[in-house]
Formats: sequence, C-alpha cells, structure tokens
Amino acid sequence: MIGAGLQALLSHWMRRPFQLLTLMLGLATATALWSGVQAINAEARASYDRAAGVLAGPPRATLLPRDGDTIAQDTYLALRRAGWPVSPLIEGRLPLPGGALRLVGVDPFTLPRDDLPQGTGDAATGQDFIGSEGRLLVAPETAERLDGADLPPAIPLESVAPGIAYADIGVAQRLLGLDGRISRLVLTGKPALGAPPLDRIAPELERRAPESGADIAALTDSFHLNLTAFGLLSFAVGLFIVRGAVGLAFEQRRPVFRTLRALGLTRGILLALLMAELTVLALIAGAIGVALGWLVATMLLPDVAATLRGLYGAEVQGTLTLRPSWWATGIGIAVAGTALSAAGSLWQVARLPLLAPAQPRAWARASVAALRWQVAAAMALVAVAIALALTPSGLVGGFVLLGALLVAAALLLPPLLHAALAGLARFSRGPMGEWFWADTRQQLPGLSLALMALLLALAANIGVGTMVSSFRLTFTGWLDQRLASELYVTAKTEAQAADLLAFLAPRTTAILPIKSVDIRIGDAPGEIYGVADDPTYRDNWPLIAAGPDVWDRVAAGQAVLVNEQLARRDGLWPGSRVTLPGDWDAPVAGVYSDYGNPLAQVLVGLASFDRMFPQAPELRFGLRVPEGAVAGLRQALIDEFGLPPDNMVDQASLKQFSLDVFERTFTVTAALNVLTLSVAGLAILTSLLTLATMRLPQLAPVWALGLTRRRLALLELLRALLLAFLTLIVALPVGLLLAFVLLAVINVQAFGWRLPMHVFPSDWIWLGGLSLLAAALASLPPALQLSRIPPSRLLGVFANER
Amino acid sequence: MLNVVDVTKSYPGADGPVAVLRGVSLTLMAGETLALTGESGSGKSTLLHLVGGLDTADGGRIVLEGTDLTPLGDGERARIRRTLVGVVFQQFNLIPSLNVAANISFQARLAGVSDRDWNAALADRLGLTPHLAKYPEQLSGGQQQRVAIGRTLAARPRLVLADEPTGNLDEKSGAAVLALMLDLVAETGAALLTVTHSQRLASRMDRRLLLEDGKAVAR
Repeated sequence: MIGAGLQALLSHWMRRPFQLLTLMLGLATATALWSGVQAINAEARASYDRAAGVLAGPPRATLLPRDGDTIAQDTYLALRRAGWPVSPLIEGRLPLPGGALRLVGVDPFTLPRDDLPQGTGDAATGQDFIGSEGRLLVAPETAERLDGADLPPAIPLESVAPGIAYADIGVAQRLLGLDGRISRLVLTGKPALGAPPLDRIAPELERRAPESGADIAALTDSFHLNLTAFGLLSFAVGLFIVRGAVGLAFEQRRPVFRTLRALGLTRGILLALLMAELTVLALIAGAIGVALGWLVATMLLPDVAATLRGLYGAEVQGTLTLRPSWWATGIGIAVAGTALSAAGSLWQVARLPLLAPAQPRAWARASVAALRWQVAAAMALVAVAIALALTPSGLVGGFVLLGALLVAAALLLPPLLHAALAGLARFSRGPMGEWFWADTRQQLPGLSLALMALLLALAANIGVGTMVSSFRLTFTGWLDQRLASELYVTAKTEAQAADLLAFLAPRTTAILPIKSVDIRIGDAPGEIYGVADDPTYRDNWPLIAAGPDVWDRVAAGQAVLVNEQLARRDGLWPGSRVTLPGDWDAPVAGVYSDYGNPLAQVLVGLASFDRMFPQAPELRFGLRVPEGAVAGLRQALIDEFGLPPDNMVDQASLKQFSLDVFERTFTVTAALNVLTLSVAGLAILTSLLTLATMRLPQLAPVWALGLTRRRLALLELLRALLLAFLTLIVALPVGLLLAFVLLAVINVQAFGWRLPMHVFPSDWIWLGGLSLLAAALASLPPALQLSRIPPSRLLGVFANER
Repeated sequence: MLNVVDVTKSYPGADGPVAVLRGVSLTLMAGETLALTGESGSGKSTLLHLVGGLDTADGGRIVLEGTDLTPLGDGERARIRRTLVGVVFQQFNLIPSLNVAANISFQARLAGVSDRDWNAALADRLGLTPHLAKYPEQLSGGQQQRVAIGRTLAARPRLVLADEPTGNLDEKSGAAVLALMLDLVAETGAALLTVTHSQRLASRMDRRLLLEDGKAVAR
C-alpha cells in the first residue's frame, strides 16, 4: 500500500520536472544564503574564541593595576621573592599595513608550557626566541603580512590565532616602547604558604578572576546580528518560492489525494507519505543549499574578515573550516523551512473532505474573506511594531520590529494591489481593457507570493541603501572634522619622541600630542584620550551636545567629553558625571560623535591625563602643517629619524583608509541585498512559468475571439511589468520606514550612535529600473512560449468532450 | 452480501438540515446487479457513497460481507474500500501522473493483491494493451473510463459500485463500456450497484430500485 501510494505521489514530480526544479531551487537558494551567513558567523566566532584566550591553558586569575596603568618590573620581582607564583605578560598593538598586530610578550621560564598555543613550547624556549633580536610566533597568514616589516623574524605556527604575535617579554617591551613595564601578572598557582598578602606587597594591584575574554565577541555581536538578520531575510524570500511551489503541487494533486483516499489510503498514511516526500526533497535541496552556502561564504568571508579587522580589530581567518554542526544546522533549517512552507498545505490535506468535487479549484483563489484575514493579521503586526517602537526593547526587539513591519507590508500587498487594479479598471475603455484588468486581478492570487518576495527584496534594498548612503554622507563630513591634523606621527621610543618634538616645533603650526590608555569604563572595555588645548579641537571636533565653555573646562581639568556610544549606553549627557581612575568623578561637558569606534571613549585635558596615567608613553602626535608641506615633512622625518613609513600617516591616507573600512563594512550587506533581489526575480520567474501552464483555459477563448498569440504575449509581459511597478510603489514607503528604523533604532542599539536620515531619489529610479528589468526578464520566457504556442494546444482547451 | 437497513442521511442546509435519505433499505446478493435510478437530488449518489464507505450514515445499518460499516472509523472504512469495494467514478478519477498500466494495477497494489497476469488480461479485454504506456491525458473519455473499470476489477472486489459510469461518454462509447463492465463483473462474480439516469443502462441490470425524495418507492 505504501509503495503504491508513494509511487502515485512521486510520479507527479516526474511528470512536472520544472516544478520540482523550482522547489529545489527555491529551497537550495534559501538554505545557501542562510547557511552561508551562518558559516561566516561560525568562523568569526571560532577565531574570537582562539584570540580571546591569549594564553592557551586553563583560564587563570591575573593581577592588574587598580588605576589601569602598567605594572613596574620591580613589583613583579617583589611578588616572586615573596612566594607569589606569577608570570609577567605585556600586551600592546603595533601598527602594520592591513591592520594592527596584537603583540603578547611572555616569559617562557615562569609561564607553564601549556599556556602557550599548542606546539610553541620548543620554539618559545629556544635561544633565538629569548635572544636580543628575538623571534615572533605568529599564524602563517600573519607571517605573510609581516614580510618587510621592521620586526624580529617570524616563526609561523598553525596553532597561533591570526593577528597575534608572541614574543619574549624583553623583546615585546622594546617593540612596544615599554621597557621595564608589565601589563598584567598571571597567577600560575597558589601563593606559597606563609606568603604575605597581596595588599602588603603591591597594594596598587588587584586580583581579577579568570576572564572569559569574550570582549571581542560582545563587540562584534551587533555586526553578526546584522548579518544574521540579512541571512534570515534572504531565507524568508527563498521560502516564498518554496511556499509557491509546494502550494501549487498540493493544489494540482488535490484530485489525486481524493482518489487515493477513495481507493482506500488512510488519511494518516497519506499525510505520512506527503511528509516523507517533502522531507526527502528538503534533505536533497538542503544538502545542495549547504554546498552553495559554502561557496557564498567563501566569496564573502575575505570582505567580512577585512571589515572585522578594520572596524573592531578582530582577527578572523580568511578561510573556512568545515564544521559538521554547520552542515547539520543548514540541512536542519532546510527541513524546517520546508515544514513551515508546507504546514498550511498539509493542514488542508488533513481536513480534505473525501467527497468534495474533485476539480482543481483556481490555484490560491483569493476570497474576500482571505484578504480580510490578511489585512487583520497585518494590522496586528503593525500594532506589535508600534508597541516595540514605543518601548525600549534592545537590539533583538529592534529586529523583531523590523520583521513585524516587513511581514505586515507583505501581507498588505495583495489587498493593496487588488484595490489599485480595481481603481485602474475604472479608466479602461473597450472590451480589451476590461478583459485585461479583470484577468490581471484573477492572476493576482497566483502571483501574490512572488510579488511579496519582490516587495521584501525591494524594501530591504531601499531601506539598507538609504541607511548606507545616509551613513556615508554623515561619515564623510565627520571625517573632515575629526581628522583635522594634516599628518599623524608615531615615535618608536619616548626618547625619539622628544627629539621629534624639537625637530617639528619650527616646521609645524601646531603639535598635538595624542595620548591614550585602554581601560574599562563601567563594565565594558573603553579608552581614555588626553588632548591638548588647541583651536584645532575647538574649531573642528564634532560635538553633538555641549554645555557652556566646553573646551575651557576640559583644558582646565574641570570636565571631560564622552563619545556618543558611552553617552547613549550610560546616559552620560552634559551635566552628568562619569567616574574615572583616581576616583575622579568628572562632570561631562559635551558629547561627540565617534562613528566606527565600538568602544566607549572619554576625552580629557592633557594635564588631567598625565595626572591619571603618569607612565603612559607620549609617542603619537597630530601635526598641523601648512597645505603642501606634508610630503616634504614626511620625507624629512624619514631622512632625519629613519621613521618607517607606517609610523607616519597623512590625513588623506587616513581618510581613505577610514572610507575603505566603511565601504567594506557594507560590502557584505550589498552582496546579500543583490542576492535577495535575485532570489525575488527568480520567484517571479518560477511563478510566471508555473502559471503559464495553467493559463491556457483563460487565454484560449480570447484567442478564439480574435486576439493574436503575439498580442496575448505582449499583454502578459505588460501585466508583469505593471504588477512589478505597483509593488515598487508600495515598497518605497516601506523601504523608507525600514531605513528610519535601521537608523533610529537598530544603529543606536547595535553601534551606539544615531544618524540623520537623507533620501536619495536617484537611487530609487535606478532600483526601479532594475526591478522592472528583472520582471521583464522573468516574464519573457513564458511570453515567448505563448507567442509560439501551436494553435492545436489552444484548441485542445475546447476539446473537453474527449 | 450487502444488506442496507433503514438508512438515513441528511446534510446541513441554509435553513437547517436537509434530509437526503429517509430510511432506505435494500439487499444485494453476490453476483447480482442492481440499478439505482431516480431524479437528481433523490439520494442515489449519497446511498452509493454510504455503501462504499466514503461517507457515514446518520441512522440505520449497512452490512457488507458480514461487517457493519456504520460504527466503523476512518481507518477501518479505508480498509473496506481497499479490499472489498471498487468504485467506478463518472469523472474517472485516474491518477494523471501515472501511465495506464500503473493506473490499472494501482488499487490492487494498494490492497496488496496485484496479479500481473490478471492485470494484463484485463487490459487486453478492455482494449487497452496498445495504450499501456500512455498517460490519461493522452486518452479519449471512453478509454479513460475503461482504465477506471480495469483499475476497479484488478483488485477483484466483492462489490463494484459505479456512479453514472457512462454519463461522460457518447452513446456508442457508453454502450461499449457498459457491455464490457457487465461481462467482466459477471466473470469475477462480484455484485454491481450502479447509479444511473439512463433507462437503457438500467434495463441491463438484474433489478432496479427507484429513489424519490430519499425513499425507495419501487423494486
């Protein structure tokens, strides 16, 4: 019984291979986009995990200075002598082309061997490693980046995370210009019995419990959530194809289901067979989709890696690792997506009355009641969206708001198109016009799902496009303000910095020291900058909120500035107070925009900074130089001090670098946008091709009454263009609303800043042209097919008496 | 082999339930043929559906080969349809994606009693041998109805139910299909209960039962 039933069901697909192809294509594409994004996220997270634990061994407690500064080497020696099993560690960043290198200096003699990445043991205890020149232990891809850099020779090791270099602590201190200083002390065991307590030997240190080291993961969560949201959108658009194909296949087989039931197949077995059939199809399409997802991820990963490096300083390997869990999840999501798409159809089969007329009803005929339900559901979702917009609900809430808006818009599309077509029909003259409008309305239910997919893709394009363009406009202006100095110089050592200052004084209009420390502000990583009192800041700094006499108060050490991220996170606006090291309860004088920085940042006067962090080296300077003198000064610094080119960055290069980072940040988004639009085009194509096979009974009478096949084909083309155009009109306000939510809700939650919204009508014209072209291309094959259809096939429609 | 006793059935209507069968009784012996006649709406098809286990009666009893269908659940009635009953529909109800050969053997395979030789003999008797590889859409109406008859008889049911079996065919095709069906039913020893408007078809049966307003009025 099961074999015969299965044969009857599966034979449908054999007779309609195109329908099978549509289903498989939709499911495979949806799975590919989803699993591609997941592969990227998984790879990035794996890299964070490797990088987060700088030391490979078990998480260990550390001793850190209470003021966020570095530790003197003498303190370390005192602790060792007192019986505290500590190992010194120094960490810092070295500027390099293609992103900074995270340098970790370790003492191989006091650090347990297992704490170094696997396989580094021998390399780390060799004479070369601890010698005066030293060696850097790096990942192979990092070793390639170090080629030609003025650094000790690199030893490539697979077990080292990319972007990190391990060196002997003495070598690292020299490279970082922090001779005699230590970042933290790692507790490698319990203090000896009778060892004096920590506060007696080093009261300036505090003991911190082992950290998960998940800061980078936390910082990049928003970026990955963005990616996931786009993956989900693409998946949803793909599911529209699946839903269309499954719905049609079930509808066409409705008489067969009744016959099977009448011939004695039980309802339960029929449902089980249908579910088995769908599961097998989903497994095959899912496997194809996961393989395609792999290709998508391979193509996108280098851009994502560059973005994460540029934006967050997070190192992600540029190549994918095969993970069984990812395969399983990809195939699982394909099965779940199929189940979701087919749930309605299966429910109908479960309730199928045995004796209802066996003629196939018009596919997805839209009843007035169904349209009313859609409007009601859309209104409910709009209410959810409004409720979410009015209450603070975090980043996830923001995405739910976006989802609710998009689904509501998709549900409202068919009723809106119905109303629009009814309105347009009033202007029709003559029988042809009347037939065209009536026929278009009749086609609407069959095309609804594809048009909904198009709406989602267009709205996402408009929304994200508006956000990116608004961001670009704001960001460019902000860079002009923020990067006011013409040249940025980094000295190798403090002694060289002093020489540089003397050399530069007569050759520049201003020298602006840039001193900073990384420190925790509140519960998250942040940074404090010390800046000089100079008109450059007063005239250019991009303040978005300020109290009176901002710069005077900052220079006098009476107040500080905070970046927008910190202000929004902790509610620190002018008039508030922020607690800084040394128990300074500093008033906030103003807030400045700080795009692209994931960290909280506080700007203090130089004197205040030096008071808080007397040990912080003064190595970086912004130089104000007359226009046209930058190249000469750069060359003079190379000639005079042998400064490597990487230690001097001019304003133009820095702006270009920042803009490159910006563009790369949205490369992946743009790629996913294009893919989503392509999937929507595919949805239209498959719907039109499928409908074409069911259109003959409607077209044959009109042909018989005197319309040529060519004219009918042209009308079909025109219909597709008209529906795509009407969908575009609906997508425009939806897209703008989406952009507003992205800028005013998602960005604030994800990145901590809010951007002004700008509109770009020329982009819409371009997108409109593109969507009409996609609709025209999609409707061309069925139209051509119709224009060449043999009259005998049209006549066949009237041969019902056979 | 079939005993229908005082069966009632009504359907919901706009103004309350509409009684379609108001206490119909009949009996049918093995190998016997019976024509159910009457005007549209008299309850002929409803009675056929109840006997075939396609629907359930509101009252009365339907006993087929010693089994009372009335209290049976969905699964049990499906088993009866598979193994004891064969239905020939007016609309043929073939499976469009299966070819003629697969359609003929289909119900017998569902019932687990498929016999290749018997299927071939049936196809031969029904004049379908040259068309075995064709699909239903490639056949004429008369040929499709012959496939439907072949599908029913291939499972060797004890009772054949036919709902206007020639209603969709022209007079000549109808007569030919009817003659074949009666011959083959007689050969298998099955009983035949057919619903028809056609006096000519009814006259070929052993007995006739006229239904009027849901009641049997003449035998």
